[in-house]
Amino acid sequence: MTVDISFRRLLADTDRRFELDVAFHSTSRRVVLYGPSGSGKSMTLRAIAGLLTPDDGRIVVNQHVLFDSAKGVNLTPQVRKVGYLFQDYALFPQLTVAQNVAFGMRTGILNPRRSSMPEAAARWIDAFELGAVATHYPSQVSGGQKQRVALARALAAEPDILLLDEPFSALDPPLRVRMRSELAALQSRLDLQMLIITHDPADVDALGEHVLEIRDGRIFSDSAATGS
Amino acid sequence: MGIWFPLLLSLKVAICATALNLLLGVAVAFGLSRWRSPLRDLVDSLLTLPLVLPPTVLGYYLLVLLGRRGVFGAWLERWGINPVFTWEGAVIASTLVAFPLIQKAARAAFENVDPQLESAARVLGLPERAVFFRVSLPLASKGITAGALLAFARALGEFGATLMIAGNLPGRTQTLSVAIYAAVQAGDDRGANILVVVASITCVVVLLIAGRLMPDRSRLRVY
Repeated sequence: MTVDISFRRLLADTDRRFELDVAFHSTSRRVVLYGPSGSGKSMTLRAIAGLLTPDDGRIVVNQHVLFDSAKGVNLTPQVRKVGYLFQDYALFPQLTVAQNVAFGMRTGILNPRRSSMPEAAARWIDAFELGAVATHYPSQVSGGQKQRVALARALAAEPDILLLDEPFSALDPPLRVRMRSELAALQSRLDLQMLIITHDPADVDALGEHVLEIRDGRIFSDSAATGS
Repeated sequence: MGIWFPLLLSLKVAICATALNLLLGVAVAFGLSRWRSPLRDLVDSLLTLPLVLPPTVLGYYLLVLLGRRGVFGAWLERWGINPVFTWEGAVIASTLVAFPLIQKAARAAFENVDPQLESAARVLGLPERAVFFRVSLPLASKGITAGALLAFARALGEFGATLMIAGNLPGRTQTLSVAIYAAVQAGDDRGANILVVVASITCVVVLLIAGRLMPDRSRLRVY
């Protein structure tokens, strides 16, 4: 359970120049990348998932080389086996909760059927207590349920690592507290490495095992290095 | 002169033209919405031309291209195909004239699809083809349907380009709008009146059917 990252990416247009230059290594199961908005957190996640290509560097998850500019390796997002929880969950609005959960289980050109679902999807739906809303559409379920759907969908694809982009920012404060402990409990059950990015110190307190602080595109402090 | 032949021909031509445009327009729109190139604006303007050029100009271009001595016409002739003065020629004219309507609507619809949803599908392991058929296309379908209805209506009323390439052969290429023109030219007021009423009723019926065909909105409604 390791993540080993070191890459650079320059973003420049006429009025803005931003250089992302992050490097860190972690064997921790809960890595929190903490920093203000615009510090490059989301770009870092996107680079790990293969949605953004670094200029150079190396990204390795569980000895699985996802990107290595020196060797010309750049896996597509499809084969990286990375789970991604998007900030606003990115649920497919035209599909039911059950279809969303089963979405990655088939890779053909047809969506999972509305009437029947694979057994594995049913297990995730039960595990996340989504049975009552399985036939509902994302617009019809609550914020906490949306997050559970997104988690179930990401985990059903059996990823090597779970990336979470501001997982609680779309929730009301009281719900945030509950979902944080839900996520912590889930994590200890699943034995899966999670990389969480957040700007909320409360997330760091609740979930951070290994905390990296990012500022202006660089790792500013590393709890593993300082021993705190 | 019967009213059935021109009416059915108009419907047949409009249906064929819309079906062709659905394939062409959606493919081109999707390609353009993903294409990052300085040439994109130029291609976009060229594809919009049928919307602004007088239909007679388009019809003239088609004659020059597809006529017996035209560039494509000579080539088609070798295969025994000559679209001039045929109903297929009318389909080509209607397709060309209505193409920008469906292409523009489809492109706007594709550009409106949240790129994050497509990213989510990729991260979940879907190949690009599946991302298109399972995410991009369904989410753009409402806009595409709206464009297809406009294109159908435009094709149904096509006159200028159709007259240039398919001509005005009663019982062969005479569509409803061409038949109305022919009736008025011939001083056949009664025939013209009947055809005009038929055309108007047809349009109302098409609009009613269109209302039914629009994608189910209730499913996406926010409660």
